[in-house]
Parts: sequence; C-alpha cells; structure tokens
Amino acid sequence: MTHVGYLVAGWGIVVGVLSVYAVRLARRGRALSSLVPNPHRRWLEDRGVDGA
Amino acid sequence: MATTTDAGLGERDTTGSPRSRLLGIATLTAVAILGVLAFVLTEADVRIHPETGEEFGQFDAVRMLYVHVPLVVVTYLAYGICAVASVGVLVKRTPWWDVTAHTAAEIGTIFCGLVLVTGSIWGRPVWNTWWEWGDVRLMTTLVLFLMFTGYLALRRITDDPRRQARRAAVVALVAVLDIPLVNRSVEWWENRTLHQRSTLGELKIEDLTLFTLFFGFVTAGLVLAWLFLHRFRVGWLERAAIDHGVATAIVERQSETSGAEVRRSVGEEPEEGFVP
Repeated sequence: MTHVGYLVAGWGIVVGVLSVYAVRLARRGRALSSLVPNPHRRWLEDRGVDGA
Repeated sequence: MATTTDAGLGERDTTGSPRSRLLGIATLTAVAILGVLAFVLTEADVRIHPETGEEFGQFDAVRMLYVHVPLVVVTYLAYGICAVASVGVLVKRTPWWDVTAHTAAEIGTIFCGLVLVTGSIWGRPVWNTWWEWGDVRLMTTLVLFLMFTGYLALRRITDDPRRQARRAAVVALVAVLDIPLVNRSVEWWENRTLHQRSTLGELKIEDLTLFTLFFGFVTAGLVLAWLFLHRFRVGWLERAAIDHGVATAIVERQSETSGAEVRRSVGEEPEEGFVP
C-alpha cells in the first residue's frame, strides 16, 4: 500500500475529532440533564418516563 | 453496587434515548463497514499509460476520497439546515428554530474544517502541494469555514438571546450564499482550480468505487444525524437550565420577600442578611 502515512493521518484525524466531539456532547448532556427537570426533556417519553 | 433506583436515575440523566442508541449502533456499524470497503475491498487507483506503459493515478491516496467527498456533502447539508432554520428564526422567532440553526452551524463547521484538512492531506501526494492559494474551490471553502466560525463567535458576544438569534440568522443566510460558489467553482473558473470537474454526475468511476463512495455518503449522513440529535438536545437543555435557574431564583426571591413582609406585619425584624 502507498501513502500509508497520509491515509492514517487523514482518517485518524476525522475519526478522532468526531469521536472527541461526540464524547464531549454526551458528557455535556449528562451534566445538563441532572440540572433540568424531566418535563424539559421530551426524548424521555421514548422510555416511558412520564417526567413527573 | 448501584440500586435499581440509582440505575434508573442514571439512565434518565443523558441526552440519549432508545432510538438515538439504535442510531448510534447503526452509525458505528456503518463506519466499520466503510473502513473495510475503503481499505480492503476497493482497489487502488492505478492506470497504465497507453503509449509509455507507465503506471499513473492516485494510487492508494484515492482511499482518502471515501471520507473527504462524503464530508463535503454533509457539510452542505448541515449548512443548508442552518439556512432553513435561520429563516425560521427570522419568521417564527421561536427558540426551537434557533437551537436547530446553532446546532447545524456548529456541526457543519466541524465537518467543513475536516474537509479542509482531509483535502489538504489528499492533495500532498496527488497534487504535490498541501495548499494552493490560487485555487478557487479551496479559497471559497476556506471563506465558508471562516464565515461560519464568525457565526459561532457572534453567538458568544451578546447576552440577549433574541438579538443574538436574529443577528446570527442574518449572518448564516449571507454565509450560505458561498455554497453554490464552492460547488460550481470548478465549472465557472475551470482554469483557476486544481480540482477536477465532477466525475460523480457523469458516473466515470468503477462499480465498487462508486458503491463505496455512496456508502460513505450514507455513513456521513448517519454521523450527522447522531451528532445533530445530541447537539440539539444539549442546546435545548442549556436553555432549559437557564430558564429553570431563573424560575427557581424568582420563586426563592418571592418566598424570601413574603417571609420578610409577614415578619414586618407582626412587628418582627427580618432575618439577618436579608436584602430587600
């Protein structure tokens, strides 16, 4: 295979940046969720949580 | 060991839901399949010159395009959503549209940055340069990236959410005008770009290469959908946290005030530290 360094750098940066961003989003969401009452989180209805 | 109640609360304290979890699994599976297609099943771009018999082409650098080109498409898509939502901000003036626009702009800017980086890394072995300042497509893409970076910066410099939303919407609607320039630049300024004309529309590429590229579009779309869903929920929670904090402070203030008034009415002094 040719250009291995370029391929590793390119794909690695894409996967790395998107993974870090996804993890940061999940952490931020977790931190904020604990501050906000359930009725503000409509996606909880998916799980049958009534928000009470 | 966590109790059932603890586990239940932990489950609620996320921006995830069963559907978003399924989307996440589908996205990770698609990324893995794309990796196999791009690095194992597809061939390198090696062609033989008909007269000299020498090998030429992109060789294995072509595998970079299975991530670069799909990123371009989802960048357009994210900024398109931002433009539609920005119209919604100006017309409807509701937080839902503003959170949608902000979400799309942030994710689109991350994708746009990755487009510039992966394009530069691909260009080094194929064009023998990391960057070409005279290339119209590179420059219009850079301008697009900088305008949306400005959009995100603008959202941080004012505290009034309504004014912030309106100003940002106007900037977004101006910035998206650059997208047709980026997309059409290789046709309109053919002699001022290193980029080739579209090979996708004319289907000049081989079957498995084409399939891998389309699978890349699907994968990038799934990544966009997952990130969008969770970023939207984070944006929604940020607003809800502020509203909830303000509402709680008002209730506490009202209860403090009413308590002090009751004490005054019966001839008692308010509690120490109370500031009316």
